[in-house]
Amino acid sequence: MTIVNLARFQFAMTTIFHFFFVPFSVGMIFMTFLLELIYVITGDEKWKQRTKFFGSIMLLSVAVGVVTGIIQEFQFGMNWSDYSRFVGDIFGAPLAIEALLAFFMESTFIGIWLFGWEKLGKKLHLATIFLTFLGSILSSIWILAANSWMQNPVGYKVVNGRATLTSFSALLTNPQTRLEFGHVGFGFMLTGGFAVAGISAFQMLKKRNPDFFRPVLRLGLLIALIGALANFSFGDQQMIEVKNSQPMKFAAAEGVVTSLKNPAEWALIGFYNTADDQEIFGIKVPYMLSLLTYHSISTKDPDIEGVTELNKELAAKYPKAAKEVGNNFIPPMNTLFWTFRIMAGISALMILLSAVGLFLTRKKSPWLYKSKIGLTVTGWFMYAPFIAITCGWLVTELGRYPWTVYGLFTIQDSVSPNVSVGSLLFSNIVYFLLFCGLGAVMVIYSVNIMRKNDIEAVEVAYAKLDPFSADAFKSSAPDITYKPEDTQEITEDGGKE
Amino acid sequence: MSTLQLLWFILIAILFSGFFFFEGFDFGVGISTLFVAKDEHEVDQAISAIGPVWDGNEVWLLTAGGAMFASFPFWYASLFSGFYNLFLLILVGLICRGVSFEFRHRALSKKGHDFWQKVLGISSLFIPFLFGMVFTAFIQGMPMDAHGNVTGGFFDYVNLLSIVGGVAVALLSWLHGLNYLSLKVEGPLRERSHRFANKLYFILYVGEVVFAVLLVIFTDFFQKHVLWSSILIVVIVALSVIGHLSSINNKEMTAFISSGLTFIALVALIFQGIFPRVMVADNPANSILIKNASSTVYTLTTMSFVALFILPFVLIYIGWTYYVFRKRIQK
Repeated sequence: MTIVNLARFQFAMTTIFHFFFVPFSVGMIFMTFLLELIYVITGDEKWKQRTKFFGSIMLLSVAVGVVTGIIQEFQFGMNWSDYSRFVGDIFGAPLAIEALLAFFMESTFIGIWLFGWEKLGKKLHLATIFLTFLGSILSSIWILAANSWMQNPVGYKVVNGRATLTSFSALLTNPQTRLEFGHVGFGFMLTGGFAVAGISAFQMLKKRNPDFFRPVLRLGLLIALIGALANFSFGDQQMIEVKNSQPMKFAAAEGVVTSLKNPAEWALIGFYNTADDQEIFGIKVPYMLSLLTYHSISTKDPDIEGVTELNKELAAKYPKAAKEVGNNFIPPMNTLFWTFRIMAGISALMILLSAVGLFLTRKKSPWLYKSKIGLTVTGWFMYAPFIAITCGWLVTELGRYPWTVYGLFTIQDSVSPNVSVGSLLFSNIVYFLLFCGLGAVMVIYSVNIMRKNDIEAVEVAYAKLDPFSADAFKSSAPDITYKPEDTQEITEDGGKE
Repeated sequence: MSTLQLLWFILIAILFSGFFFFEGFDFGVGISTLFVAKDEHEVDQAISAIGPVWDGNEVWLLTAGGAMFASFPFWYASLFSGFYNLFLLILVGLICRGVSFEFRHRALSKKGHDFWQKVLGISSLFIPFLFGMVFTAFIQGMPMDAHGNVTGGFFDYVNLLSIVGGVAVALLSWLHGLNYLSLKVEGPLRERSHRFANKLYFILYVGEVVFAVLLVIFTDFFQKHVLWSSILIVVIVALSVIGHLSSINNKEMTAFISSGLTFIALVALIFQGIFPRVMVADNPANSILIKNASSTVYTLTTMSFVALFILPFVLIYIGWTYYVFRKRIQK
């Protein structure tokens, strides 16, 4: 156990955990905004109740999302002090702007939204959830701008051993940022859509006010489909960009061991022996890799380089780094290959499932609403985006090995030299236990909200929360005694509200 | 040292002042749920007083951290890696506290509800205590190497001054919170907050005197900046007295502003004391100075424009929040 390994593990663990809750909470904020928007447009109280029901799950996820994010703000200084010294002039700026521009907005307006139902007019109240959403989106733009700079450093000059900013506009217009934001932003959208659809499907399956959840399920699927299609398209563009900017990441994710001439075959399944860079077993699809990479099968396209050749090129190009990593620039190939495939596979499934789901919920013959299997699949599928997202980040971050800033600064050089193994081990254990605990509690409480299915009580609980109403303090614990009466069977005619 | 560097040094101080001014009373209200509120209703009343604003108040800290990273990366790197264990505990506190509000509200049973309520109270006590420790530890002159890495261990920063500093900041937070409660709630809790504050100020005076004496012994504040250090100590005590008298005479707004300004004066004392350094080493040659810890002129200029442009909006909508929730909370 070295400080580098422990610091890496901690960073991976805390960011992955944080990124379970970021897409979930931003997606849910977006969906809550949409539900309230429909309420404001239609004036139908049912939509207000829907807003509050899903809003209560949103609030739980935001709570965990925010606190797991606090660590990130300080982790660079705590565990990666030499990295912070090297990049602070550039990397600190987006972080500071994120806090000033986005965190204040998000945190302030969500407070007003939660407590302002009775204090503000309908439209003004809607504006507060919109501003919360805007804040969360601005936040992701800036943090992705920071991450994009690590993937594809632009607008800098290395002076006296530290990277200094030479062009703020180059930092903002980094092509990597546009792609990452598109990919991640629509990822938020599809996560929110599937989450809302999944929750609704579970409620309908358990026959808890099915009529109440029916339109939400359909709305969720629609948003999920839009998100999944756009997300897929950005992902495709991103892979082409990676091919140019970080060919090693591309080759490892696609399982290219030795260079391939076009039209190149694509590995559907592959296992690799990383010790001597060989494929153990693989199933190939002809032409496919060229199609995916160049969207053509022309033999004129440049060769697709493999990890073996790239390793030699990189070792020659970066002799100093080569010494540190023992001439091995190849990231964990099996992990990259499989996480990439799992992500892309789920991504395709998401498009398929949301499109089919929408088709099966059309007014004429809403089969899905009556089908146990259909609802079960829709329900459980809400967990799929989380797997895809985690895999996506593993490809992005592991694939940058051995760099923290691509081509400029290695992981080895980045770590805090003065933090002891003991401290790091301790913090790893503490964060791990804490995060598992919080995640579990959050899920249990969300499931409880679903189980109680307390549409009326959600109303009461919120009214109680308004601290400025006279009877705000009659009862403290949200001791919800309401029992759902509306547990009628799903009727053949689809039912009416 | 350039004007820009000085500006950002002051700006970091302002952001930390904002943190202590705003989040300080949140912590104090949290502490009050442990010791001041008599029953469930009063705890609810207290927590509701900060319900809409605590989340936004915490952002002052994140902004201070981010701004430090952007403007003084060498300070950021040395401070946060150097006091690793303290910051770890602070983060654990912030995490637990951050979820406790929502979890308390959503708990499945009375037991769970009470558990998260205790978490809220206890973390509200420990976070300001730990911040007090950090801010009084890093001014003492830690063992540091030539690269700016703090090499001192746990017992270098856990000593008499840092413990007294921790207690003082926790106490001041509590008082600030009590003054806020007096201002924001109605009924018996308001009365009791007054009574607690009126007594606690006497302990604060003792703490301030001890703190000033330890500052002379443990730091070089009175060798390097004797005039300003003395003035600010006097200001801190004077503001405490004003707060105390206002609380006794039921001038709640004045009392609240005074305890807030006491925090700001404390931050000012710390920042002027370390000036023109950002990290104080036991060997003066290894101290990190403002002039060589900062980002480049280009980055500082860019960030100045960004801050100048955004900060007014932030202050306006924060002000609006307090306006929307301006009414006292009824019993």
